[in-house]
Amino acid sequence: MKYIKEFRDPKLAQKMLNDIWHNTKKDITIMEVCGTHTMSILKNGIRDLLPPNINLISGPGCPVCVTPQWYIDTAIALSERDNVIITTFGDMIKVPGKSSSLKLEMALGRDIRIVISPLDALEMAKQNPKKEVVFLGIGFETTAPIIALSIYKAKNENIKNFSILQSIKTMPNVMKEVVKDPQVNIDGFLCPGHVSAIIGVKPFEFLSEELNTPAVIAGFEYCDIIAAIYYLVDMANKEKYEVKNIYNRIVKYEGNEKATAMMNKVFVLSNSEWRGLGNIKDTGFKMKEAYKNYDVKSKIDIKIIPSPIPKDCLCGEILKGIKKPTQCKLFSKVCNPSNPIGACMISQEGTCGAYYKYKIR
Amino acid sequence: MCIAVPAQVIKVTENKALVNFGGVNIKVDTSLVDVLNIGDYILLHAGCAIEKLNKKEAQKTLELFEHILKDE
Ligand code: SF4
Repeated sequence: MKYIKEFRDPKLAQKMLNDIWHNTKKDITIMEVCGTHTMSILKNGIRDLLPPNINLISGPGCPVCVTPQWYIDTAIALSERDNVIITTFGDMIKVPGKSSSLKLEMALGRDIRIVISPLDALEMAKQNPKKEVVFLGIGFETTAPIIALSIYKAKNENIKNFSILQSIKTMPNVMKEVVKDPQVNIDGFLCPGHVSAIIGVKPFEFLSEELNTPAVIAGFEYCDIIAAIYYLVDMANKEKYEVKNIYNRIVKYEGNEKATAMMNKVFVLSNSEWRGLGNIKDTGFKMKEAYKNYDVKSKIDIKIIPSPIPKDCLCGEILKGIKKPTQCKLFSKVCNPSNPIGACMISQEGTCGAYYKYKIR
Repeated sequence: MCIAVPAQVIKVTENKALVNFGGVNIKVDTSLVDVLNIGDYILLHAGCAIEKLNKKEAQKTLELFEHILKDE
């Protein structure tokens, strides 16, 4: 068992697709809320293999895309300080700020370094005791425990020159917000598999229990996704709603208790600002009092200047599944990976970038 | 960015493991998962093991998929 190729079986996929064609009796809109699902659906051509009455839309599932505009401008402002080293996941560097990007600042000689893990950023802090090493802490519950671990380790090891510019997001309440929006009509959710690996199944149960919306927690290979669509169609037909977990090889009902304990040790739930969606109650984290010194805002006096997303960029509506990238008048012509206007075009998991890459015009 | 991939454990030390991902050996932090054994598969994300893969459950899921077809 290698956990990948077993879930890539064309014959199995074909049979499941036949069943879906046979069983889909009404129009059904399914939202996925994980950028990796978005990419897998487009890469495997799943949209084209489904009956025309199944509409797949993408939600706010790409952490780079949902990061507000001010965040990138603040990161750029921090990089301009001589005593600061900015460390970041690679996805962030091309995101356009108001008048620059981290990539451009890097070319201008600012000390900006790409890391794979916040733990690598912590190591960098140890090696550069005279500099403040700031990690750009974005992501969902999948990444949050690892950022928490880096902060916990820094405190334990008494590392004082390490801090986080924090905009971590949490998933369940933003999904609630999206479902409740009268402009969006969602008949089922494909729940984010790796967020679920951490928080488990329970935090998603409100979807079926309170909102009568079926949901499936699934993996990322094409058989996982096609099976999830099968179950969503089946639940919609029978009007029997539940949150079904078909990613049991990774997702336990209770999630990863060690990881959630680490997350809860360092962070507490707070309101959070989402790009294009605004400030939403209980959809992010802030550091607990004991770890407050690791929040860069408590150490360096930085002015956070709110700035709106560029005019005509529809990121907000795209993140809610109200519009598709092809409905944005800038898509592909003005806004493309060489000249991104919004984060949704440049992130590896952004819906606009995915549509561009897989030539959906 | 939330990308996470299965990788096989080849060596275990305290709170760390060496894993093989597509032929490349990578050192990962294992503080967030339970005890690992050589040969186990972990889900690797941002330099950390974030969960252990469960072989029995994987097999059950594949059986479930096969079952969809038998329902017809
Ligand atoms: S195509 Fe570009 S400008 Fe339009 S919504 Fe997407 S990122 Fe924004």
